[in-house]
Amino acid sequence: MIGRKPAARPNKKGAKSTKPAPAKTRSQGASQSRARLGDKLDAWQAHHSTTAIESLLRLLGTPLQSLLTWLVVAIAIALPAALYVALNNVQNIGYSWQDSSQISVFVEKGARENAVRELSERLLEDDAVNAVDYITPDAALAEFRAHSGLGRVVDDLDDNPLPAVLLVQPAEQAVNPQALEALRTRIADQALVAEVRLDMQWVERLHQIMQLAGRGVLAFGLLLAMGVLLVIGNTIRLAIENRRDEILVVKLVGGTDAFVRRPFLYTGLWYGIGGGLLAVMLVAIGLWWLSSPVAHLADLYQSDFRLRGLGWIDSLQLVLLAGLLGLLGAWLAVARHLSQIEPR
Amino acid sequence: MIRFDAVSKRYPGGQDALARVDLDVAKGEMVFLTGHSGAGKSTLMKLIMLMERPTAGQVFVDNRNLNRLSSRHIPFFRRNVGVVFQNHQLLFDRSVFDNVALPLQVAGYQANEVGRRVRAALDKVSLLHKERHNPITLSGGEQQRVGIARAVVNKPALLLADEPTGNLDPELSADIMRLFRQFNEVGVTIMIASHDIDLLRRMNKRVLGLDGGRIVHDGVLP
Ligand SMILES: Nc1ncnc2c1ncn2[C@@H]1O[C@H](COP(=O)(O)OP(=O)(O)OP(=O)(O)O)[C@@H](O)[C@H]1O
Ligand SMILES: [Mg+2]
Repeated sequence: MIGRKPAARPNKKGAKSTKPAPAKTRSQGASQSRARLGDKLDAWQAHHSTTAIESLLRLLGTPLQSLLTWLVVAIAIALPAALYVALNNVQNIGYSWQDSSQISVFVEKGARENAVRELSERLLEDDAVNAVDYITPDAALAEFRAHSGLGRVVDDLDDNPLPAVLLVQPAEQAVNPQALEALRTRIADQALVAEVRLDMQWVERLHQIMQLAGRGVLAFGLLLAMGVLLVIGNTIRLAIENRRDEILVVKLVGGTDAFVRRPFLYTGLWYGIGGGLLAVMLVAIGLWWLSSPVAHLADLYQSDFRLRGLGWIDSLQLVLLAGLLGLLGAWLAVARHLSQIEPR
Repeated sequence: MIRFDAVSKRYPGGQDALARVDLDVAKGEMVFLTGHSGAGKSTLMKLIMLMERPTAGQVFVDNRNLNRLSSRHIPFFRRNVGVVFQNHQLLFDRSVFDNVALPLQVAGYQANEVGRRVRAALDKVSLLHKERHNPITLSGGEQQRVGIARAVVNKPALLLADEPTGNLDPELSADIMRLFRQFNEVGVTIMIASHDIDLLRRMNKRVLGLDGGRIVHDGVLP
């Protein structure tokens, strides 16, 4: 019977059409043509997985053409990803340099050694503090004598004029202008502290440069993401054009828009995921290629700095993001072009 | 089953392809459409399939007013109408089986059910032994029969065929007509467009003659 979906619109005139078929020879066939809802759900799921697999096989069926698209997507994604990795590494170098830029805490003159040690313990309890180095006035004087070339003068002094100094190394997460400034005030508020010196300028500069570079990478990434959308959208448009006959027939035999859309959305998803995987590989290869010269260079500077690549999580996110871009690109193409193909 | 109420259809920039057509086809009937080229036969069928919308008037199928059917519901409506249209033929990138299975996959049938029904439909058109072939390797008559199997696989209550015997020899045409008659005998309403006056006489069924978008004849040919 016509009207297998009668519930959608209560039919005033055609009450007859909602009843099961009249008890003619047709009735058996008609009731059989109603697939049960549960079966339909199963079939729907099955259709999703077969469509996903079929779309992938279709891509692999034209390996050269698919590889080209994958490469274009991969390059567009690998470029900002590589910049992101580079930025992270520069930031790491920054952190390791900051080890040498500690906070110098000058203790009140005449403070007893015990009190200074207690102060040092208290400072260590702060989360923003990584290590505290205690330099006694004697040690400070000895160092001054050795390095200043004024040994004689120092020997003539009756009294040690130098205060005790605590060299505070900030923890990694505290190396940004606000946190350092906060730490500085916290230390200055302690008893016995005469003066706190902190070389903020280059921390601030580094931080600003990093922020600027971060934004640059983001903008670049967004531009290339748009490129990926366009590339995948165009590829899907061609795929739609190639399968025009099929779309027409499917629509004619009652395929819903969702059904017609599905293979193309999966195709877009596969283009994105494939491109993302390739991009992760490209970045990894690039890092591997650079890692040994960088290690040599670091050794020359007595640094144990090593290049850090994309972690598992980062890589996974990159692939997912690429897949999402592919899906979105396909969606745009499908929305624009699929509705124009109607059987006539 | 099919009712036209003063239906007119004018294509953009053309004259009327159909002009105030009234017609009524009962459930279980088998009717032929005939008329010279450009008379409006295909247009009439396209209106029933919602491939075109009428410019004026109303089309009812199974008491349902098609004007009120939103485009979202069109796919579900089409699943109950089998069509054999010449310009929407078989897909040559898949087997005969997959071609016939398409309406069932679209409607969400499970694989085992699809297999059962496709084989039943292919059996009816005597092409079960070719299910694995690519339709491009079949003869014209065989392709036409695959198209018919696809049209009836979902057991539609209504079957539309636009010149299904167009370029087949008389013997093959008779074969195809025998098939349609069989479907009609189990209750399927059938509408067939054809130029072949001899064939229409032999079939001895109701004939609707179209001329310039108007119905000029209704009844069995003398
Ligand atoms: N898509 C269209 N756009 C504009 N005019 C059209 C369109 N389709 C059909 N027509 C016109 O409508 C009229 C009826 O066409 P239709 O296809 O219904 O005729 P027909 O009876 O099927 O002819 P044939 O026997 O040649 O298939 C013709 O004048 C034709 O030129
Ligand atoms: Mg025609």
